[in-house]
Amino acid sequence: MVQALNQFKETPSQTAGPYVHIGAVPNFCGITGVYPEDLGKTMVSDGVRGERITVTGRVIDGGGNPVGDCVVEIWQADAGGIFNSPEEHRAGADPYFTGFGRCPADTDGRYSFETIKPGPVPGPGGATMAPHITFWIVARGINIGLHTRMYFSDEETANAQDPVLAMARPLGREATLIGKREGDTVRFDIHLQGENETVFFDV
Amino acid sequence: MNETLSNRRKEAAPFPARDRNWHPAADTPGYKSTVLRAPKKALIAFESTLSEKTGPAFGHNMLGELDNDLIHNFAKAGGSAIGERIVVHGRVLDEMGRPVPDVLVEYWQANAGGRYRHKKESYIAPLDPNFGGFGRSITDREGYYYFRTIKPGPYPWPNGVNDWRPAHIHFSVFGSGFAQRLITQMYFEGDPMVAKCPILNTISDKRAVEQLTAPLDWANSIPMDSLAYKFDIVLRGRRSTFFENRAEGN
Ligand SMILES: [Fe+2]
Repeated sequence: MVQALNQFKETPSQTAGPYVHIGAVPNFCGITGVYPEDLGKTMVSDGVRGERITVTGRVIDGGGNPVGDCVVEIWQADAGGIFNSPEEHRAGADPYFTGFGRCPADTDGRYSFETIKPGPVPGPGGATMAPHITFWIVARGINIGLHTRMYFSDEETANAQDPVLAMARPLGREATLIGKREGDTVRFDIHLQGENETVFFDV
Repeated sequence: MNETLSNRRKEAAPFPARDRNWHPAADTPGYKSTVLRAPKKALIAFESTLSEKTGPAFGHNMLGELDNDLIHNFAKAGGSAIGERIVVHGRVLDEMGRPVPDVLVEYWQANAGGRYRHKKESYIAPLDPNFGGFGRSITDREGYYYFRTIKPGPYPWPNGVNDWRPAHIHFSVFGSGFAQRLITQMYFEGDPMVAKCPILNTISDKRAVEQLTAPLDWANSIPMDSLAYKFDIVLRGRRSTFFENRAEGN
């Protein structure tokens, strides 16, 4: 025998189920008067630094149907590449930007966030990660939250240097991680299965 | 302490890999909704970067006075929700056994008859006009949270011909890093329906199912008021960062 490590197992995940809205976005599903506003609805406030953008897209299942009952969360750095988080020790983040968004899809599977374009962030081994937004998707039929990233189509040079995109490239799947910039809107569809299945990460 | 003389490093630490065999697999045909929604391709793995080691924090001042009281937070003045009154409490810990303070814990559930307050819900059991079915807490310095509610009822759902969910409460938990983000469900000790549940059966290890089952906590029951159930939640732990290779100037 050896000494015990005294480590615990992570609590196992279970699906968020069809009624995740009740707990996550009660005002959205018509239960008003308990929370003043749904969590993660407002990411930016007046005075925010950086480029204001709308990030929007659809979540699609393996049959081509919209995933109309999912909830999408995002997490990202501010325009200077700093996170508004107690775990950020490099510098203070923009106080007018939370970095966290939560949006329930509509019946068409569409989500939308009013946010800003993040700056680049230091990556492993001194690399720089191109501007990106982390996505986390939960729904009925998803047993454990799906983690992915959206990069920006107008960042070709930075994307070419990005260590995470570099892992998807040889698999021919890099394009599933790129949001298409059209003016102030960035379009990013998420495919849970099929030919264009989005790359999901174990991170 | 002078940082140049210290071997302490002020930098968010990464998370060890998730034990994916402890969690349910994505594709579990016994739970039919997974069939079109489970990714088919392998996940791409990498060690957490700043994007996953950091995460949002929510202030205690965000909470309303009744946010952790589901018996009253939706009830009309003087009213209260119908059902077995219970307190659910526990700690949020990490895999290393450290408490996780100041993190948001959200919960939602059906009413005592097994009915959710949701437009898509069609079960014949009635709504309780005094029950909304959700609340939230932020853990204290020791990682502790608690809330008051009524015990939810089991309910039937369209999957097999006659599938029922055991009584359960849904939980959503934030950690200090976004990589810890977790949604799960809590079940109740002694419920014979746990073994029959297709959603619980997505988990292959019996011990993992036990980890989701809250024991009746007799000692913490409130006499003439509420029974108590204890539910500790374990999030991914941050690993120690000894002798990391670091690029110059980082
Ligand atoms: Fe449920």
